[in-house]
Amino acid sequence: MAIPLSYNVRSVVARWTAALVAVLGIAGTVGVFVAMLSMARGFQATLAASGSPRNAIVRRAGAAAELGSVVDLDQVKVIGDALQVARTAEGAPLISGEVVVIAPFPLKSTGTDANVQVRGVSPSVLQVRPQVKIVEGRFFHSGLTELVVGSNAEKIYGGLGLGVPVAFGGQTWKVVGIFDAGGSAFDSELWCDARVLNQTYKRPENIFQSATVRLTSSAAFTDFKDALTSDPRLTVQVDRESAYYAKQSQTVTTLIRVLGFLVALVMGIGAVFGALNTMYSAVAARSREIATLRALGFGSASVVTSFVAESLFIALAGGVLGCLVVLPINGYTTGTMNWQTFSHLAFAFKVTPGLLGAGMAFALLMGLVGGLLPALRAARLPVASALREL
Amino acid sequence: MVRVDGSDVDGSLIRVRNLDKTYRRGSEEIHVLQGLNLDVGAGEFVAFMGPSGSGKTTLLNLLGGLDTPSAGSIRVGEDTVTAMSGRRLTGWRARHVGFVFQMYNLIPVLTAFQNVELPLLLTNLSRAERRRHVETALSLMGLSDRMKHYPRQLSGGQEQRVAIARAIVADPTFLLCDEPTGDLDRKSADEILGLISALVSEHGKTVLMVTHDPRAAEWANVILHLEKGALVDSPQGNAGS
Repeated sequence: MAIPLSYNVRSVVARWTAALVAVLGIAGTVGVFVAMLSMARGFQATLAASGSPRNAIVRRAGAAAELGSVVDLDQVKVIGDALQVARTAEGAPLISGEVVVIAPFPLKSTGTDANVQVRGVSPSVLQVRPQVKIVEGRFFHSGLTELVVGSNAEKIYGGLGLGVPVAFGGQTWKVVGIFDAGGSAFDSELWCDARVLNQTYKRPENIFQSATVRLTSSAAFTDFKDALTSDPRLTVQVDRESAYYAKQSQTVTTLIRVLGFLVALVMGIGAVFGALNTMYSAVAARSREIATLRALGFGSASVVTSFVAESLFIALAGGVLGCLVVLPINGYTTGTMNWQTFSHLAFAFKVTPGLLGAGMAFALLMGLVGGLLPALRAARLPVASALREL
Repeated sequence: MVRVDGSDVDGSLIRVRNLDKTYRRGSEEIHVLQGLNLDVGAGEFVAFMGPSGSGKTTLLNLLGGLDTPSAGSIRVGEDTVTAMSGRRLTGWRARHVGFVFQMYNLIPVLTAFQNVELPLLLTNLSRAERRRHVETALSLMGLSDRMKHYPRQLSGGQEQRVAIARAIVADPTFLLCDEPTGDLDRKSADEILGLISALVSEHGKTVLMVTHDPRAAEWANVILHLEKGALVDSPQGNAGS
């Protein structure tokens, strides 16, 4: 049987000031690690939630994002005629020809301007994207300079309250409603009539940048895509809306993750040195105890296991503390630039059980690395001389 | 039966032959033990005396398998201790040797019960059996009411009694006591020596004790002196008996 774990736990408690350095080092590292990953996860989730697998977004072939795409009205009509497009009770296709512009609005937090995506949509957009609900006020009337504002946009940008006049693009607009898009990227947007937006920015009225359609079913996507891409009247690319937004999240998500891992790695190295220092001190302070255990018949493997377990116990405490500290940021809304649209995107940190698990695993890894060398030293102590140490 | 002349005799529990231990300090070689012979029968209480640096503790460490000799052999029963690998030696110590140290060497964060239980964790005894053994050992030392006390809550004499309980709880073949009363007042020292003596006389234990205190040595059946790296009989001892 191994050296009892209570020996290590009590030894840590008895020398808690020495252990505290390692615990705090590991806690800080785990906190930053989980916070960075929860930021990436939140950003990714926000964009992933924006797309529905039952919707398809059609852009000009080769256009990576809506900003670089053109779809004219004739093409929109051809797209709407596709058999796989769902229809209203009256037989009208559920399609929204859309245009996007970037307009500056001040952030409430800093007062500095951020690029906000203003999306011109078709009147049927709420049927195309049924997850979007008007939660205050009403939807805009076609042909009027009216805006509906995403719930996050209303929270983080100044001057977008219900009924407030808003000036951009040389027009004065009126906020008539607030919509909730379920925490997706649309929540950071301002929506208005696509035709009015085109007029405001002096664009041709019959030009859009994308067309989003509601399909009869999720499974109809392949047929829809095949139908459009084989139609000689169209030169378009078709993506499932969910895939399109998921792809948009890749650049920033990867950037945040890489940064997160790098910061965590650097901090982790520091934390490992903290753990090493604590454990080497523990071994030095307890040489006689270790020698006594060896004299009693506990083997070197038992000693290694015991001290690694002690280091893991310290790491566990650090990991739990780090996770607890970072837990309150779950749901905290912040924003960053979406490099695909060059617009500001609000998103909430998402601290998931998986991330907490990853944080704990990282903590234990630091504990293992920080405990192994001191444990090996403990096992190699010369028993006879260590027995007589004071 | 205790002999130091190296002549083969039957019935030795511990048989040491031509034991050498040399330390190197820089370019200088220090011969601590040279050609030491010893035979100890079961149930003996032997005291080793000698000036500081004479090799008393070195001899005890070699007998307990905590150190390896430069030359010579040590046999305990049928086991040739000096031929064992480190791993086997560790297992052998757990089964055959009970240690009592001058500074008690109790684990400060464990209770008296848990300290005494430590050697039993290396056996296949069940938890209930371990409890029974620990309670018996502590009761033998008169510490039944101190089982849940931590070492810091005990007097020096009580700590050493816990250490003796730990040394005997797994019923080892022999006990090695290194200055067991060196850190105690006279009264406590006499109590401890009385307990060790009782282990020999009442329970048939074999005890080898290092001490520099002649009064402590008087409790032993045999007193041996370490001189020039070898053991010699004490004039007042019973070596060879």
